[in-house]
Amino acid sequence: MDPIIAAIILFVLALIIGFEVITKVPPILHTPLVVASHAMASIMVVSAIEVTGTADSILTTVLAVIALVMGTVNVVGGYFIADRMLAMFKDDKKKK
Amino acid sequence: MEFLKEIATQYQTVFYLFTVLFFIFGLKLLTSAKTARKGNWLSAFGMTIAVVATLLYKGIVSYEIIAIVMIIASVVGVVSAYVVDMRAIPQFVAVLNAFGGGVSALVAIVEFLKGKLPPNVEKLPFDEVTKSMYFHGAVAIDMFVGTITFWGSLVAFAKLQKLITERPIVLPAKNLVNFLLLVGIVVFGVLLTLEPSNLTYMFGILILSSLLGLSLTLAVGGADMPVVISLFISYAGLSAGTLGFVFLNHGLIMVGALVGASGLILTRIMAKSMNRDFYGILLGNITPPEMSKVQDDKSFYQGRVKSTTPDEVAMILDNANTIAIVPGYGLAVAQAQGVVRDLYNELTKDGKEVYFAIHPVAGRMPGHMNVLLAEVDIPYDKLKTLEESNELLPDTDVAIVVGANDVVNPLARDAKDTPIYGMPILDVDKAKTVIVIKRSLAPGFAGIPNPLFINDNTLMLFADAKPGLSEIVREYKELKS
Repeated sequence: MDPIIAAIILFVLALIIGFEVITKVPPILHTPLVVASHAMASIMVVSAIEVTGTADSILTTVLAVIALVMGTVNVVGGYFIADRMLAMFKDDKKKK
Repeated sequence: MEFLKEIATQYQTVFYLFTVLFFIFGLKLLTSAKTARKGNWLSAFGMTIAVVATLLYKGIVSYEIIAIVMIIASVVGVVSAYVVDMRAIPQFVAVLNAFGGGVSALVAIVEFLKGKLPPNVEKLPFDEVTKSMYFHGAVAIDMFVGTITFWGSLVAFAKLQKLITERPIVLPAKNLVNFLLLVGIVVFGVLLTLEPSNLTYMFGILILSSLLGLSLTLAVGGADMPVVISLFISYAGLSAGTLGFVFLNHGLIMVGALVGASGLILTRIMAKSMNRDFYGILLGNITPPEMSKVQDDKSFYQGRVKSTTPDEVAMILDNANTIAIVPGYGLAVAQAQGVVRDLYNELTKDGKEVYFAIHPVAGRMPGHMNVLLAEVDIPYDKLKTLEESNELLPDTDVAIVVGANDVVNPLARDAKDTPIYGMPILDVDKAKTVIVIKRSLAPGFAGIPNPLFINDNTLMLFADAKPGLSEIVREYKELKS
């Protein structure tokens, strides 16, 4: 199969699964969902790793390193702040 | 080691599939507050798989820079996650999003400057010209998406942080300017695809996209930030997805779609809750012009408002069994969450049923008020959504409205000529007694008077949120002692 068509099929399937699952996230957890979504989107950091590891000039190295910094901060910061928020949500029993 | 590298390079897509599966299961656990924390770590584990598999990738020659940069950036990420104030989460998200757009655009620029096709594109069964056109077309789109996201997010950050005015800044002939910018971007994009060696086209795309990003977000008013933040998630997904197409990286493409879906769902919810046109928002018309005007209507309330005092409120609360607290963003601005918790504790101690009725736009981003209340130890089962609250409110003895206005305005139900007509509201007026804590009768964001304030069962307590609530708590304690 044409790899580009395959990629488009994957995109559409993931979109449908995303709609199915995320619609069920309750409004009280929407803020953690927002942060976690950004952390997930920052999987772009893998491309930043790739271009940093294969950069071939000073200019490309500098640009790649900036991308790597931003990507890593996003992933780590996103997951940790989502965890910090989710830890705050306690039910009645755990509170006492 | 060589063997591992071989596997990681050969079966890249398989590793990403595992990552995506962990993301999906993580999201599934996020559907309940009980399991959400576990879900988040599951998702983080999925991310680790992707990162490790990429580090093992054959093409990578030097690890020193990568290791140093990632360790330092991780520390920055963890520290910032622990020091940021919960009220500043919208700003934090704006920065995350700016970084996301930045990564997407920068990586595309680097790959473009290298002048070599990425391995997966090289493997495509097409001739050289077609492969080059595919790659450079994808790069052009990615530069556009990444740059517009980057600058748009920075403007949103500046507005949320009040570095610039929260009022919409609208360029003259805004729509024409935006349209011309877009046409310019498309033209440069096509030129870049046809003649990739000319760097002018790249700069053309980057500069015009920056201007478009600025123009679109400057035109947004501060109160519309929940919509913008939601829309950002779609942009983050789009940035990841387009970058995935540049490299033909299936992992990025799938995750981009997942995150994009999350953004579209939240944007739709926010658009509905704020009475905005979902498709208009997607096209960049976030703050409608008539919303930014404020009309003054003092005569509306003349002689029809009943005001009350903290000790009277304390007595009413003493006689009530079910109490709803209706917080708006004004509560967070006044930093009155702690006092609300005190009130909650006092009332529940006497066996009263207390819950929080939370409108989807009570805050600066989706779900914001829930986090602010969870932070002060309000149990999550007492945080009720709009639908749940509207079922409970008719059987509620007292509803206390703090820092909310438009979201409890009954005009939304039937006044066709108001900007809030059709917007879902909390049916606070159906509670037996309504107490509104408010500094004055000034209108909310929609600029219209609120008939709730002159209802027979409404009492106004004219005070700032924090001292007003503190007084009530003090009087209530005195009454009980």
